[in-house]
Amino acid sequence: MASDSDSDGDFVTFGTPLEPLEEDEPLRKPVPLHEQTVKDEKGRYQRFHGAFTGGFSAGYFNTVGTKEGWTPATFVSSRQQKAGRQNARPEDFMDEEDLGDHGIAPRQITTTADFASGRKDVIRDKARAITSLSAPIPGDTVLEDLVAPARSSMGVELLRKMGWKDGQGVGPRVKRRLCKQRADSATRAFGSASPPNGSSESQDEEDGEFLPENLTFAPKDVTPIDFTPKVDLHGLGYRGLNPLAALRGGPGAGHINLFTMDSDRTNSLFGEDRKGQRRRGGVAGQGFGVGAMEDDDEDIYHRDIMSNYDTVLGGEEPGDGLYGWTAPQQYNRTKKDHSKDAAYLGKILEGFTLASDKLETKTIFPPPNLPRDFRPVHYFRPVVDLSSVSPMVAQALQTSRGHMAQEAPSKGGRHQLDSAQRRELLGEATLQGPSSVFDLLKVEDRERLSGLRRPSSDTSSGPRQPTPGEARAAVVAAGVAAAAARASAQKALSSRFAPHAEQQQQEALSVWSGPTAQAQTGQTFKPFERTPHKQARYDLYIDQLKQGDRDALELSLDPTMTEWERGRERDEFVRAALLYKPSSSSLSCRFTRGKQDDGVEADTVEVTRDQENDVDDKQAAVKMKMFGKLTRDTFEWHPDNLLCKRFNIPDPYPGSGFVGMPKVKRDKFSVFNFLTVSESPTASASPAPQGVKPSEPGKRSRWDVSGQAGDKERKEKDPVSEFLSVARIEASGSGPEASTTDGPTTDPTVEPDTEQKDEEEEEEEESRPSMDLFKAIFASSSDEKSSSSSEGESEEEEEKEEGVRSRAGTGPQISNQLNVNTTQPAPPVSAIPSQHPDVVFKTPSGPAAAPPPRDQEMEEEEFGPRLPPPSSTLTERRPSLTPSAKDDKHKKKCKEKHKAKKHGKNKKDKKQKKKHKRHKHKGKQKKSSRKEESSDSSSEGSDGNSQEDGEEGGGVSTEELLRRLKGIRGKKLQ
Amino acid sequence: MSFPQPKPEVPQLPQNLLRTIDCQQGAVRAVRFNADGNYLLSCGSDKSLKLWSVSRGTLLKTYSGHGYEVLDADGSYDNSQLCSCSSDKTVILWDVATGQVTRKLRGHAGKVNCVQFNEEATVILSGSIDGTVRCWDTRSRKFDPIQILDEAQDGVSSLKVSEHELLTGSVDGRVRRYDLRMGQLHVDFINSPITCVCFSADGQCTLTSSLDSTVRLLDKSTGEMLGEYTGHKMKGYKLDCCLSSKDTHVLSCSEDGHVYCWDLVEGSLMLKLPVGKAVVQSLSFHPSETRLLTAMEGRVQVWGADCTYEHGTWTK
Repeated sequence: MASDSDSDGDFVTFGTPLEPLEEDEPLRKPVPLHEQTVKDEKGRYQRFHGAFTGGFSAGYFNTVGTKEGWTPATFVSSRQQKAGRQNARPEDFMDEEDLGDHGIAPRQITTTADFASGRKDVIRDKARAITSLSAPIPGDTVLEDLVAPARSSMGVELLRKMGWKDGQGVGPRVKRRLCKQRADSATRAFGSASPPNGSSESQDEEDGEFLPENLTFAPKDVTPIDFTPKVDLHGLGYRGLNPLAALRGGPGAGHINLFTMDSDRTNSLFGEDRKGQRRRGGVAGQGFGVGAMEDDDEDIYHRDIMSNYDTVLGGEEPGDGLYGWTAPQQYNRTKKDHSKDAAYLGKILEGFTLASDKLETKTIFPPPNLPRDFRPVHYFRPVVDLSSVSPMVAQALQTSRGHMAQEAPSKGGRHQLDSAQRRELLGEATLQGPSSVFDLLKVEDRERLSGLRRPSSDTSSGPRQPTPGEARAAVVAAGVAAAAARASAQKALSSRFAPHAEQQQQEALSVWSGPTAQAQTGQTFKPFERTPHKQARYDLYIDQLKQGDRDALELSLDPTMTEWERGRERDEFVRAALLYKPSSSSLSCRFTRGKQDDGVEADTVEVTRDQENDVDDKQAAVKMKMFGKLTRDTFEWHPDNLLCKRFNIPDPYPGSGFVGMPKVKRDKFSVFNFLTVSESPTASASPAPQGVKPSEPGKRSRWDVSGQAGDKERKEKDPVSEFLSVARIEASGSGPEASTTDGPTTDPTVEPDTEQKDEEEEEEEESRPSMDLFKAIFASSSDEKSSSSSEGESEEEEEKEEGVRSRAGTGPQISNQLNVNTTQPAPPVSAIPSQHPDVVFKTPSGPAAAPPPRDQEMEEEEFGPRLPPPSSTLTERRPSLTPSAKDDKHKKKCKEKHKAKKHGKNKKDKKQKKKHKRHKHKGKQKKSSRKEESSDSSSEGSDGNSQEDGEEGGGVSTEELLRRLKGIRGKKLQ
Repeated sequence: MSFPQPKPEVPQLPQNLLRTIDCQQGAVRAVRFNADGNYLLSCGSDKSLKLWSVSRGTLLKTYSGHGYEVLDADGSYDNSQLCSCSSDKTVILWDVATGQVTRKLRGHAGKVNCVQFNEEATVILSGSIDGTVRCWDTRSRKFDPIQILDEAQDGVSSLKVSEHELLTGSVDGRVRRYDLRMGQLHVDFINSPITCVCFSADGQCTLTSSLDSTVRLLDKSTGEMLGEYTGHKMKGYKLDCCLSSKDTHVLSCSEDGHVYCWDLVEGSLMLKLPVGKAVVQSLSFHPSETRLLTAMEGRVQVWGADCTYEHGTWTK
């Protein structure tokens, strides 16, 4: 609506607007038909009497059809006031409706005939003309015209009173000169064709010679502009045959001009007819012959005279003396007046005058032709001066646009620019890698080269000994390079196990403070380019590293950040510094970088947050049939809300905005995609305390000693497979000596499992708090009871196991050594006490932390063998099954406790599961015993037994190998 | 303990051939019991799915509408609907009684290997060679899957659903268990393309058969291996394995024309059922009784424990 908009005045509103609908308004019931009544403006009901019997409100107060009928006007007649004859006008029979705006006789304020303009009513004129023709005596109206009273309009009356005379113009009196001039212009305007209006011409001729000086004249009468609208469909200026003119006949009207330029109307404006002309009634003229009432028959036939026609092309003499010669148009234009054009054009239509000055034709220029590839969009490139804006803005602009506004390239084309300048112009990143081949050389070689070059360069000074300072620098550089090489070698060795953070820092320091790094001036790699702040901090860190600052990391970090953020950044910086250390530039120079960056959005890829552990380890585990922790990965996974609904399950992550695996956006080419250092939720939840420094000897783990000792073992790429292969080799050498089952020889059989268990436990530790916490919360007598109840069945096995475990507990050195040498890669990670379980970095190989000190009992329960140690015979196998089952059960319990803390609602469910499980294991035991009793009952096929045997043999071989190897290792160590 | 002693009943093995049904639908790609075990579904390579009565061996209905061979089928708990998947990349939801296609679900990029209803038949889960599992909603009119599980790095070969878990086996050698209740995904690495996965009836274990001719019983919660069953031959075909109805035995198809049956606890081969000369394509164990379906070439065979043990209908 118009009222809604700001500019109310621009709109015109018609009608009455609908009432605004109200929300809470109850719906209006439609009015039933019988209640739909019509009322007039006074509130009276109106009956509909029928369309032809009066319509609404017929009669006086709807009296049509009633007993009263029409109510007549009250008849009044008395002696004093006689009832006179009443002239009934049509209005008397009309009610107010008829007289209303939409009635048949609307009442309007109109000008009466007295005040009407003198212009004749055209319709009435016509009507009269027709009646005069159709009258029994043609020309009947003549008398009427004569008799008709001289009626002049009020305007004419007033003018006359003011001294106006007919034929004069209206206005102040003028001098003769002006009048004459105007008359001249008037004649000129009408052109050579003589204006048919004789009156003005005669006037002109009349006041020709008498010209007193102080005499003023009334202004010449002007023809008023005719405002009669054109209502017919004829052409402009067409008048048709005027019956009056046609019938008038006479010699004057020889040539009937249909397009008469003079208007009767103008003459008749002031009510004057041409009385001078004889008017004859009846039909007369050349086309009609001579009537009976006509006297003269001399010119009934129209004789066309040649003088009516032009004999010369172009009309009369142009007056410029150029007879027949067609002057150039330009010449003609200047010479000729506009009136000449009018002559050429012919007669000017009624009501039109020639324009005094020529219309300027506008030259219109065509729009320019657009090139084909023109796109009508303009991109505004902000031109920012580098110096005027803050570096942050500049950085942001740089990332958004790729390059800053440059100074205009210096004189000379692009061919004058070198590659660096071109790169600058194109906004490309500088190529990574050393700027010269010199950088690729080893330090010693470089020294030698420079030594060789020096004598050649300064021959005048002769062979020069390096100054002691230089020599020392060279030595230092060599030492540093060696350290760097060693560090990198170390890193390569232990690449799969996250090196300790501090060590990494040292390494980074040693690498970056090396001469190679110093030589490499342009540090191109920007790992945190997306966040300029961070990049700035990283640059600072690198700079300080180059200067050899030991506290580079701490100095470069933002002190305002939280401890957690700083911890994260610290790790990132160190890792980035290590990965892009300058010594790797010898490798990087072999590859060219992508010249053009992809789009901004293409720079990041979505990768799943949780990455799978190392497949090699898993494969090794599968080979050893050690399914379980090693082969299992557990990820967070978000089911769709609808899916949960369909499964009648509450959404485990209500309000999580995504489904599937949690994804993170990473830089496409970031190295962090390929680092398997996954930040486990718990690890990232709490900051890594500074306790990880090796400077605290009390916190050193027991792995550290052996870790350094077993440096050369760490060269093995795959510890597990290596271990296996060694085991096989040695097993082949030493025959079936380990067939005995009891006694200390069983220790190693249990050992791998325990160790394995250890490992797994440690891995588990990362994701949950220490056992002490659980104990403090959940320790109850029922736990012990339930575990002891199941233990009752296999007392002796338990005892045996315990003995084994206590031995393992008391002599951890041996087992640890073994562990390091065999399954444990043992990265030199410092001790992580149980109070800080979150410090652990989850490495692909998994274990990194020492088992937390713990209750003996709890440790036993935790570290029981998970898999039953298989043996060659069924009798051996059977007892081992029980503890495994028990242990399994207990483990489940522990886990359950842990889970119960997290998900209280699942507790019940899990308990049921546990019960079920126990039952099942019992059933299994029973079955196995039963099977033992009646072994032949189950064996169906003939080859069933053999198959079974084969399988057992296969199962034994690996285990046996393990055991043997342990024995050998133990011997060696002793 | 308060648990009752198990009945001293000798476990029955489906060692007797009760019936052979010639399906007349080309090679039978899969054979499945319905929810209560009274009917069986056979997926033919001639694009048809057929419903048979197990007890009488009569054809009840043929469901045609697939554009290529049918690879797997499943029946809803109330026997009112069927779902089937095919090489034509579609999953079809059928109305059992009329045999009409209720819904044809398109979206997989490759042939669909396996299909399952969930417990209430509100969701159809289908695993395809394109490495995705799609969860189709049977309730809504939308033709888009509720969720696409694209964690598998290779084709999904097998799929099972429990009340809140989804177990998938993939050719990338991993068994994935999606725990909807916990919102977790457990991935067990097997290192060989998985051909079939099963839940045990008690829901505590998972059974996995892989192309290294090994069937493994894994503990569901920890992923430890509880048993390993070998002896059969499964090198190239996607063959089924299953557990018996009471979780006492492990059964697996073999490419040597036998069905191998091991004792679950012992791991010893209990039965080597000679089905025929060709590869045993598929098998299905009765949900409650000792009855086994095997599919070889164009035939489906019904195996039972004993003729006399069965009810009157089983007169061979």
